[in-house]
Amino acid sequence: MTTPAETALPNAELLGAAETPFQQVWRTFRKDRLAMAGLYVLIALIALALVGKLLTEWWVVFDPTTVRLPDKLRPPFSHASSALAADQVPPLGVYPFGTDELGRNVFARVLQGSFVSLSVGIVAVSISLVIGVTIGGVAGFYGKRKLGPFGIDSLLMRFTDIVLCFPTFFLILTVVALLPPSIYNIMAVIGMTSWMGTARFVRAEFLSLRERDFVLAAQALGLSEGRIIFRHLVPNAMAPVLVSASIDVAYAILTESGLSFLGFGVRPPFATWGNILADGRNYIFDAPWLFAIPGCAILMVVLAFNLVGEGLRDAMNPRLRKRAS
Amino acid sequence: MPSPLLSIRDLRVDFDTDAGTVPAVRGVDLEVEAGQTVALVGESGSGKSVTALSVMRLMSGRVSGGRIDFRGKDLASLSEPEMRRVRGGQIGMIFQEPMTSLNPVFKVGRQIEEVLALHQQLGPAAARAQALELLERVGIPSPEARLDQYPHELSGGMKQRVMIAIAIACRPALLIADEPTTALDVTIQAQIMVLLRTLQRELGMAVLLITHDLGVVAHFAERVNVMYAGKIVEHGSVRDIFKRPAHPYTRALLGALPDPSVRAQRLEAIPGRVPSPAQLPAGCAFCARCKHAFEPCPDRLPPLFEVEAGHRAACWLHDAAPRGSC
Repeated sequence: MTTPAETALPNAELLGAAETPFQQVWRTFRKDRLAMAGLYVLIALIALALVGKLLTEWWVVFDPTTVRLPDKLRPPFSHASSALAADQVPPLGVYPFGTDELGRNVFARVLQGSFVSLSVGIVAVSISLVIGVTIGGVAGFYGKRKLGPFGIDSLLMRFTDIVLCFPTFFLILTVVALLPPSIYNIMAVIGMTSWMGTARFVRAEFLSLRERDFVLAAQALGLSEGRIIFRHLVPNAMAPVLVSASIDVAYAILTESGLSFLGFGVRPPFATWGNILADGRNYIFDAPWLFAIPGCAILMVVLAFNLVGEGLRDAMNPRLRKRAS
Repeated sequence: MPSPLLSIRDLRVDFDTDAGTVPAVRGVDLEVEAGQTVALVGESGSGKSVTALSVMRLMSGRVSGGRIDFRGKDLASLSEPEMRRVRGGQIGMIFQEPMTSLNPVFKVGRQIEEVLALHQQLGPAAARAQALELLERVGIPSPEARLDQYPHELSGGMKQRVMIAIAIACRPALLIADEPTTALDVTIQAQIMVLLRTLQRELGMAVLLITHDLGVVAHFAERVNVMYAGKIVEHGSVRDIFKRPAHPYTRALLGALPDPSVRAQRLEAIPGRVPSPAQLPAGCAFCARCKHAFEPCPDRLPPLFEVEAGHRAACWLHDAAPRGSC
């Protein structure tokens, strides 16, 4: 079956060095210094959040709820006083981020809060991705079909527009005020009010993907529509979705911090960046580290997610990719 | 005579547009016997692809009449899950654009394995082995390495071979090839057609070849259907059509082919253009471009007249009933 024209082609082994799409994106992404810095910060923060979770849960001296009244409002890097009981002394006898008005170790509290913030961000965005991809995908793929007098596409997208009109933060405030305060409720509520952008992106991608030949080819092979949508089209529509998702994580973290700051978030003895900040607000002039440290933490995470998102957007844009290489 | 593998009777397909209903296929009769190669020839817009997609029930238009039987069963009566088993399982299809017919984000091997897993319930290891064998079968060198490549790493000819491998993966009884070589280089075209013929003989499948390339038809088809403006205008064996074309449109098509033995030859273009399906004349759709048009042509639709055994043409010139001079 092999003809001379084909044997003249380079061998597949030589061609084997070609890149996978992931490698192409990664190669471009790596050249973006800011995005890489953001990525390193994120990796460090995720590691810190996981370690912090373990430490604050299991190591008594790291307990963020330990009250040490003799040591209240100590500045960062001050040493613990000798008046403390043995199980109250922080590791190495130092408060790296100082203490708050009850003498609680701010470092331990920020560690505990980093896990809350990152997990809220990631879980909320996962929820919003599932909703957004489903609604956008169905609207884009089945758009022309009618459901009663209206097209499925118009029904779903007008619904999206309506949800988009809600003042999201106040909606969340109301819902959280009515529901029992729990971190899971916050994740769910943030997720359910932030899927609209994703739905619009996915719909737009699907409108163009639907007309591509490989969709017809997949149908001609007897694949079911659900399989075509979720196994064949969704991976093709992932690029803009990933970009917006990484920026959405930053928004979700900001929203959670805002809620906690206002006292609607996680219940107080449990520390989050938002409620550390809220507590520190009363001591702005006496103990500036109390608001500066969680504030900087929020700033860093949001900035890192945004930088990574921008880097991904550039790396996944084929036109920019060519220019960069 | 046993019933043919695929039989299309008086198929009519309409498209509903803002400007009204546009008939794309206006009563097509077509038969494909098991193991046979049948060509469907016509210009762009004549309704060839719509006819093919109707067989797969994958067409965006509306079937307004007629009946399509596959293995004696009316395809319109099948439920959607039953129809999915027919697609890819019993009828395979390859398309004009191999460049865009493969999903760009998946490796080639995975796309072949998916069909095998779906229709033959093969496990991952068995599907991979089968995919490897299929790539070998369609003449792809170093198939092992190709399995793990993405579509963009393959040339157009390679991709069309992969498409063929996917289409024949479940040994369909019928392969619909919708302009399989149009987008390929001339040298690759011949390779692909030879491959299709080899596979057809090995697997004993029927091929419905849709093309506007008469050279391809002459070499590969057994029966030919010439389509014009949504109707079959001539039907016969390859020999009938090429040696004794009966319809003026077929003659004009053949006249437009270059003859390599004549130097500096002027090609005969067909004057005029295909009428828009929205504004078809009451009679023969070709009459405005026909040299032989006479009195009944613009007003009355010619049925298919038997020119000789197994060779029919829809042209009043062949009306057996004496109707004066023509």
